[in-house]
Amino acid sequence: MEKRVLFRSKWLPWVLIAPQLLVIGIFFFWPAGQAVLQSFQMEDAFGMSTEWVGLDNFRNLFADPTYLNSFKRTAMFSVLVAGAGIAISLVLAIFADRIVRFAMVYKTLLIVPYAVAPVIAGVLWVFLFSPSIGVVTYYLGKLGYNWNHMMNDNQAMALIVMASVWKQISYNFLFFLAGLQSIPKALIEAASIDGASPWRRFWNIQLPLLSPTTFFLLVINIVYAFFDTFGIIDAATQGGPGQSTSILVYKVYQDGFKALDLGGSAAQSVILMLIVIVLTVVQFRYVEKKVQY
Amino acid sequence: MVDRNPWLNFFSHAVLVLGVAIVAFPLYLAFIASTHTADAIVQSPMPLLPGAHLWENYQAALFGSGKLGSNTNVMHMMWVSFWVAMIITVGKIAISLLSAFAIVYFRFPFKMFCFWAIFLTLMLPVEVRILPTYKVVAELGLLNSYAGLTLPLIASATATFLFRQFFLTVPDELVEAARIDGAGAMRFFKDILVPLSRTSIAALFVIQFIYGWNQYLWPLLMTTSEDMYPVVIGIKRMLAGGEAAVDWNIVMATAILAMLPPTLVVMLMQKWFVKGLVDTEK
Repeated sequence: MEKRVLFRSKWLPWVLIAPQLLVIGIFFFWPAGQAVLQSFQMEDAFGMSTEWVGLDNFRNLFADPTYLNSFKRTAMFSVLVAGAGIAISLVLAIFADRIVRFAMVYKTLLIVPYAVAPVIAGVLWVFLFSPSIGVVTYYLGKLGYNWNHMMNDNQAMALIVMASVWKQISYNFLFFLAGLQSIPKALIEAASIDGASPWRRFWNIQLPLLSPTTFFLLVINIVYAFFDTFGIIDAATQGGPGQSTSILVYKVYQDGFKALDLGGSAAQSVILMLIVIVLTVVQFRYVEKKVQY
Repeated sequence: MVDRNPWLNFFSHAVLVLGVAIVAFPLYLAFIASTHTADAIVQSPMPLLPGAHLWENYQAALFGSGKLGSNTNVMHMMWVSFWVAMIITVGKIAISLLSAFAIVYFRFPFKMFCFWAIFLTLMLPVEVRILPTYKVVAELGLLNSYAGLTLPLIASATATFLFRQFFLTVPDELVEAARIDGAGAMRFFKDILVPLSRTSIAALFVIQFIYGWNQYLWPLLMTTSEDMYPVVIGIKRMLAGGEAAVDWNIVMATAILAMLPPTLVVMLMQKWFVKGLVDTEK
């Protein structure tokens, strides 16, 4: 799409666009290019010299069981976060859409977690589930369930999933609510006159019409679980116990900044970039679909 | 409402109350913890009703150096967070407005190339290029500075697209009218385009302020000097001593303080917040 009427100037558009281009050039494309280059290089033990090693870094990564495990964990983590987050928010949105009284109060309270930083969300949930002082831990203990996410892999995973879902509920909720409110009331009324029960109306009308929203949220939630949960993990489990909650993003950080494995970390960055590219493309295909729908 | 089934209404409220209670519980407990002494919290189970030490704890957090054992306090960290968030927000909006203006209202060589270059940044979030970006910033000597904390986060493909979409809907007659009145490009931008965009600007402001305030990974790498810690980093540092050494009452008071500005922005500007959220994801 183009404007019919344009301003004419040889230099002005460049001046206008220069700040953006400078920032993306220096802080996006240059580092991303460096990451790609480094992923084909290896530094010697003292960091004195680098040499080209082709695909060795990638080969090493995929031969490394801890990396493959991290891949599997990330997949499981994102499926759990996206699945649980979408299901819970959908239920809340369906009921919030039905009611008139106090709707604003519920909505206002439900959007608060969006404003909470991921790392603070992690701190709050650790506080609830701390093995020594956590309130939830205490009452779970009373029920005969022993909680210690510092020792138990599955509990550690459960903790970061809960914190991540909690943080993302607001977002999903708002999109579902907007989706529900854009469904024409006439459809629901017609079904109601034909004698469809509320359950039937949800199942046969609202849910199918929400499928574009649901698909969109699925992609967004997976992106969120992959990249934005760094703070939650760093505060709650720091990738532990062992490596059991070290998802891909956390591993890039650990290997790059803690273990100073530059080539390996760069190769991991490149793989992450490929994942983002795939997810972005999927998301934009969805946008095209929505236009037809 | 189609039907008035009182049971279903009751059930709806019950589900929502339960949902809100679960969502609010971690926040409630954080607040409770911030009103007790450190000793009361390590009692098992900790009290579930507010205590009497609210002012002491918040004062200790805001002005005392506390467990950080250093030359900084939460007051200062909030100040840093505020400036980081403001610079990121205003910077993003400013450079996105300018570049969208250039892309929509001018014809110049490599225009599509620039457009796609901006678009591609969507695929390069900080998380996937941490180490090389750190190196660039270190080589530019920007570690521990506001410039280093904000510049790498200031480019925004989503904001540029949002403004571009909006500019495309602005009637061409306005440009013609401005031209006839003798207004140049910048005059048109300043006096017509920016005022017309104010709803989009307000919506973006809310979203980006929260984004900037809540940044964690980038400041974690960038800041080694305590007086440049944003408050989000400060909280994490307070927990570094291991569970036993933590003053949970101060940590939770700090957490509440750190959540306050973005929460207020979201709640008070709810209309803009929802619009911003929906628009930036389109």
